[in-house]
Amino acid sequence: MTTPLLEVRGLDKSFGPVQVLHDVAFSAYAGEVTALVGDNGAGKSTLVKCVGGIHPVDAGRILFDGDDVQVSTPRDAGALGIEIVYQDLALCDNLDIVQNMFLGRERRSGLVLDEATMEEMAERTLSGLSVRSVKSIRQQVASLSGGQRQTVAIAKAVLWNSRVVILDEPTAALGVAQTAQVLELVRRLADQGLAVVLISHNMNDVFAVSDRIAALYLGRMAAQVRTADVTHAQVVELITSGRSGELGIAP
Amino acid sequence: MSKLVQDKEAIIAAVQAPSIGHSARAYGERVRGGDMGALPAVIGLVVLCTVFAIARPSFLTAINFANLFTQGAAVTVIAMGLVFVLLLGEIDLSAGFASGVCAAVLAVTLTDLGQPWYVAVVAAILTGSVIGVVLGSLVAKVGIPSFVVTLAAFLAFQGVVLIMLDEGTNISIVDPVVVAIATKNMTPALGWALYAVSVVIYAAVQLTRARRRAARGLVADPFSLIAARVGSLAVIAGLAVYVLNLERSRNPLTISLTGVPIVVPVILALLVLWTFVLRRMPFGRHIYAVGGNAEAARRAGIDVDRIKIGAFVICSSMAAIGGIIAASRANSVDPNTGGSTVLLYAVGAAVIGGTSLFGGKGRVLDAVLGGAVVAVIENGMGLMQYGSSVKYLVTGSVLLLAAGVDALARRRAAAAGLR
Ligand SMILES: Nc1ncnc2c1ncn2[C@@H]1O[C@H](COP(=O)(O)OP(=O)(O)OP(=O)(O)O)[C@@H](O)[C@H]1O
Ligand SMILES: [Mg+2]
Repeated sequence: MTTPLLEVRGLDKSFGPVQVLHDVAFSAYAGEVTALVGDNGAGKSTLVKCVGGIHPVDAGRILFDGDDVQVSTPRDAGALGIEIVYQDLALCDNLDIVQNMFLGRERRSGLVLDEATMEEMAERTLSGLSVRSVKSIRQQVASLSGGQRQTVAIAKAVLWNSRVVILDEPTAALGVAQTAQVLELVRRLADQGLAVVLISHNMNDVFAVSDRIAALYLGRMAAQVRTADVTHAQVVELITSGRSGELGIAP
Repeated sequence: MSKLVQDKEAIIAAVQAPSIGHSARAYGERVRGGDMGALPAVIGLVVLCTVFAIARPSFLTAINFANLFTQGAAVTVIAMGLVFVLLLGEIDLSAGFASGVCAAVLAVTLTDLGQPWYVAVVAAILTGSVIGVVLGSLVAKVGIPSFVVTLAAFLAFQGVVLIMLDEGTNISIVDPVVVAIATKNMTPALGWALYAVSVVIYAAVQLTRARRRAARGLVADPFSLIAARVGSLAVIAGLAVYVLNLERSRNPLTISLTGVPIVVPVILALLVLWTFVLRRMPFGRHIYAVGGNAEAARRAGIDVDRIKIGAFVICSSMAAIGGIIAASRANSVDPNTGGSTVLLYAVGAAVIGGTSLFGGKGRVLDAVLGGAVVAVIENGMGLMQYGSSVKYLVTGSVLLLAAGVDALARRRAAAAGLR
């Protein structure tokens, strides 16, 4: 079996006295879409933030391409080629679309910002995603609709030559057409050889695009399975009770 | 697929063919949406000047016009530094007395240590930078709210000034170069030369940027808009230089008094420098980002602590320059240098100019416009022979008004879905 591009082993994470993740193992493979599912509060976003260097972990290992890596800051994650679209989007309302997309990684020519190049690259990426009715890419993010903001956050993640893209409920605020577009993009990124992690509550979406499903239950990894090997009902059972027949956490 | 093409065309159609009318409409939309920028300051300036000019014709004399610049310079420079801290959503209440401490360092280095002016100036500015590092570290690394850190510094710096000035004596400044900064003028010819160079450089920068962007197929400012901008700068600045070059001595036979005050190019240089840093350099971009959403900035890999400390260093260093100007204007440093109203006037200047107290919004130019408003109030009220009591009341009201406009604009933007 191939080594996963991104792998997490034995991850523990507590916020004060509350342990949110217990001994979590998780793998994502290059060229595949891995869906990460679980009920509200199961710990999906927390797991992603640990991988992104936002939260320090209490215990556990993160492996990238089979090697142990230290991800203690968002910069570390970016350097490895891990891009994350956070659930709360993390955009600066007072900056425009281009400025947000390049935040922290601005193109420079000498000492100054290379606005023209950034604008061109942003324009290209965005038109690939086809953002509707954005008046100008120099528009402040504050003036965008929820769905447009989400598209900007996604564009920000795919702008870079990343190797792992993690999307935390990227379609939550999107309409039917945009959702289809994002799912199409998710598939396309995986087909280009990236490891894509998709967090979603929508079982139809999960089954439509994913190759594997990882189900978190109360901070524990209930099961990691191939999508083709399970049914809707089994996954729902894994999400709601942590086990389904042979699969899941032993009682 | 056809929808994709349609969308692209919609984007392109909206993006092309900007015109002056288009820009004016976009500006109107922004104002209605609550983003008034410098508009209140400009309107306030016009109204105040009209009122004072009618009430006291002496307000419009050349000598009074020149006084406005020297009177407002120190506060304006401190306000320019404060913009950086305000952009982060933080505050520096110690900037006034930091300028006092740095002025005292200047005075002591000049007199007690007998050093030349440039050593004293560098020492004063370095003192400001060190103060900024300490304040910024306490805020960013230790995590004490800036309000408390700088309030403590506000008290402590008064003590430091008293110690440096032997519990309250004043040190007079006689060094001709330092004294010249806020009291002497450029020759009329030099004033015009500076004017010409500034206008030409401004026009050249605007034109090349537009041409470069157009060449790459990006949206560029239309020529008419650039011409309007350069034209209004040329007219307003030309008028100012003309008036400042008039003879304003009471008896021109014994002593002639003409020319642009030296503080004007000093403020201009600082304005260009910090505007460049804020708008064209990554550091400036990151200041806006941290002020807009610190968590998003952190997730983007920005070292938020470093940005915060940097902003405090700039603020305190600018306070030092403000202190030098104040010392130069008064020809001396005393325990009250940088005290009394200086800080509140400086915060007022930044806010009146359109810098938000909530962070993330503001420009260095705001501080200059707001500084002009504060200087006009101070000067006009003085001419009308109102005492300090009325001056305090009016300036306090204007500050409150500006902060109110800021808060209302924010609510309005929220209602318009812009925040
Ligand atoms: N910064 C934090 N401090 C304290 N507790 C936290 C923090 N972040 C998350 N938690 C807790 O961790 C648990 C898991 O939260 P998390 O956001 O990871 O859930 P999730 O699976 O992403 O849920 P959802 O589907 O609602 O997004 C929750 O009980 C939450 O209250
Ligand atoms: Mg979540």
